[in-house]
Amino acid sequence: MIEVRLFATLRQGREKTVMLESPGFSTAGDIIEHLDIPAGEVSILLINGFHKTPDAQVKDGDIVALFPPVGGG
Amino acid sequence: MERRYERNIPALSDQECRLLRSKRVAVIGCGGIGGYLIELLSRIGVGYIRTVDGDVFEESNFNRQLLSEQPLMGRSKAKAAEARVQRINPRIEVEPVTAYLDKNNAKEIVSGCDLVLDGLDNIPARRVLAAACTEAGVPYIHGAISGWVTQVAISMPGDGLIDVLYPEGVSFRDRSVLSFAPSLCASVQAALCVKMLIGRPVETGVLYYFDLLNQEFETIKLDLKKPE
Repeated sequence: MIEVRLFATLRQGREKTVMLESPGFSTAGDIIEHLDIPAGEVSILLINGFHKTPDAQVKDGDIVALFPPVGGG
Repeated sequence: MERRYERNIPALSDQECRLLRSKRVAVIGCGGIGGYLIELLSRIGVGYIRTVDGDVFEESNFNRQLLSEQPLMGRSKAKAAEARVQRINPRIEVEPVTAYLDKNNAKEIVSGCDLVLDGLDNIPARRVLAAACTEAGVPYIHGAISGWVTQVAISMPGDGLIDVLYPEGVSFRDRSVLSFAPSLCASVQAALCVKMLIGRPVETGVLYYFDLLNQEFETIKLDLKKPE
């Protein structure tokens, strides 16, 4: 299983944590697409606490964290 | 030691307070985040503050912007910031710049400062600020807010922070800002600013992320470029 943790507004209409069967996903970008999150709505992506880009590979047991952009002032 | 700073002691030493009075900062944007930054940095005793904003106050600012007051509707935010600092401490030197930061003026605006503070409200202007600070060799402290969320990070010249926080194509759709988000953001930025100005250690390459709706506070290690 891959555990996906969603932060802030990415939880709107979704769960805080989503568990996914690992065989269906090869990259973090696949997961973002599966969760129906538009690409422009993820700014920070962590895999097991390490900062990555959407093309990073994912595997069974990984924890993926997704943060939305924050840009106001 | 002036009496106005006696409650800075011993959290700061006499020498650190004197050092702060010799330091120069630029606050880019005098709205939500910037208004609180200017308040905090002038109260703690930073000696010179450049207040930069081409905007004027309007009614939609009032839910969060410290400097916004009914009599100041339609008046310059940068000049309101100057007046506020002068009422707090006339010995602080304030230089208002009543212009928006752009590619033509950015380097001049950040030059001559020990540190720059990001109080901007949009991503394109933040890219301009980052480029100017890299060119001028000045570090800056990023701060941004949205709804219930605040984020803060230190950026050293050339570390590419902004491109990491806002990859190509990213955009934020939540334009709301609640009153406590800019004050928290500015407090975290101001504390980091003071530490950097007085030479205390700070951690770079991390993003401090505060979700005040869910009370979740994260320290995220970022994969940044080596500073130039």
